[in-house]
Amino acid sequence: MEEKMLTVYEQMQSRGYSRRDFLRFCSWMGALIGVEATGLARVVHALETKPRVPVVWFHFQECTCCSESFIRSSHPIVADILLDKISLDYTETLQAAAGKQAEEALHATMKKYKGEYLMLCEGSVPTEADGVYCCIAGRTALDIVKEAAEGAKAIVAWGSCASNGCIQGAKPNPTGATPIHKIVTGKPIINVPGCPPIGEVMAGTIVHLLAFDRIPQLDGLGRPKAFYSRRVHDTCYRRPNYDAGLFVESFDDENAKRGYCLYKVGCRGPVTYNACGVMRWNNGVSYPIQSGHGCIGCSEANFWDNGPFYQHLASFPGFGIETTADKIGVAVGAATLAGMAAHAISTNIRKRHEIKKDQNEQDKKGGA
Amino acid sequence: METVSIRRYYVWQLPVRVYHWVNAVCVTVLCVTGYLIGSPLALQSSSEASFGYWFGTVRFVHFVTAFVFFFNFVGRIYWGFAGNSYARWNNFLVFRKSQWREIIEVLKVDILQAKAQPLESIGHNALASLTYFLTFIAFLFQCMTGFGMYAAMSDSWLPQLFAWIVPVMGGDFAVRQWHHMAMWFFIIFSFIHVYLVFYHDYVEGRGVLSSMVGGWKFIEKEKGKN
Repeated sequence: MEEKMLTVYEQMQSRGYSRRDFLRFCSWMGALIGVEATGLARVVHALETKPRVPVVWFHFQECTCCSESFIRSSHPIVADILLDKISLDYTETLQAAAGKQAEEALHATMKKYKGEYLMLCEGSVPTEADGVYCCIAGRTALDIVKEAAEGAKAIVAWGSCASNGCIQGAKPNPTGATPIHKIVTGKPIINVPGCPPIGEVMAGTIVHLLAFDRIPQLDGLGRPKAFYSRRVHDTCYRRPNYDAGLFVESFDDENAKRGYCLYKVGCRGPVTYNACGVMRWNNGVSYPIQSGHGCIGCSEANFWDNGPFYQHLASFPGFGIETTADKIGVAVGAATLAGMAAHAISTNIRKRHEIKKDQNEQDKKGGA
Repeated sequence: METVSIRRYYVWQLPVRVYHWVNAVCVTVLCVTGYLIGSPLALQSSSEASFGYWFGTVRFVHFVTAFVFFFNFVGRIYWGFAGNSYARWNNFLVFRKSQWREIIEVLKVDILQAKAQPLESIGHNALASLTYFLTFIAFLFQCMTGFGMYAAMSDSWLPQLFAWIVPVMGGDFAVRQWHHMAMWFFIIFSFIHVYLVFYHDYVEGRGVLSSMVGGWKFIEKEKGKN
């Protein structure tokens, strides 16, 4: 471990990047996190002068797709600097150290930079059976999270696992997979959901923390507003087809070839908050809808339980997998109409008596 | 021959009647457009998207109607404090024992088709009161979930009041699902409501069907003491 904390700029210099590269990086990041042109100087200044923030990056119940996404974020320096250097202190997947050394590095960072380090978490934390479903160095993830969160300045929950439980948290959730924000209280927690989140979104969140030294603006679910304030649907290039009522009916029809809206084949774009439609994936090449497949809503809580994916309405709990609220509604409606018809018939039979009685009385009166 | 003398009571004031019919139109429009939003028609069209906006229009109508529905509902709540004794808010809370007796009485008439005894109530009967109280809860739920979803695409202050419902219910998907299921409550309610109004008019002969147009109900005199 280095003794003196270098700034991001100093580290880039030591790795042979020029001033121009650095400024390009800053403008890129500034654009990502949405600062105005006039605010760019602040980003540059911060990355030049502030010593790098010590970072520990944990992996719990997850598949490492968040890390994979992060190291593929479009600007190479992002991965190079932010991951290779910034989170050198502890990250199971990429660190050179293993076993005892790794644990020592973690504890040294946590001790030396108490209250200063950033805690990045990938994966959910199992809580069933005292958390034995995920253990690192003989300790449960639950213990580790609680201990590390204690001295953390802020926590970033990477991916859907850490921010809403993702697949591990799907019913019946045998391990009791729990997102970080339900375990840790009293610390600023930034949720960056997605399976995985977009690499640039992850980088942007980190740069915001580095440059402004405070957490970005968050929405009601703790997600950075810069990336999660709009639905995939609202930024979708197929949106005009939706408004025009042009829908794909099945994946092999003419409408699918024409690139119509995938709403009716289960696209979750209208209920999913993410930046996919704007930033896209793999250096802005594409995103699911552009490739002809509906969004599955991977950045939304419970997306795995809201199936089937290829159906607009979820199946109704307690009924068969194909049974939507509409089918049940139609059945109840039909039963109601049938009941009403039967009721009307018996009412009429009954009323006939009364009318007859009345008629008789009137006749009697007339006859008298 | 027994003679029943009838007294005419002015029960539903104009604001109540206006509310009722505005509400009826809104609920109908909201259910139709809402159902279409959930399951849009299949169009086989080769025209460019820029030539059409029908689905956008359906949604627009849904949203505008939702605002009308909401403020109509707010107006009715106000009238629950300003209106006559049949419109008052406490009609919709059935806590009295006599009201529960009447509920059983009405159920006997409605379901077991027992011979209709003239009811105590001149305005809503107790079962109707209870049902309308539940529909008010459903109105509120539908406004909260609907405006909650709408909040993300609006700067208007009203939807923002309900934005908190989305995180509480665990995301837009769940909110949409519940909003959609509640639509079926409105549909089924409308069926039963319309049928029962016809039915009661048919067996009671108190003019309940026309009362929502003219405001008058015709009550047997010996019952009209209260």
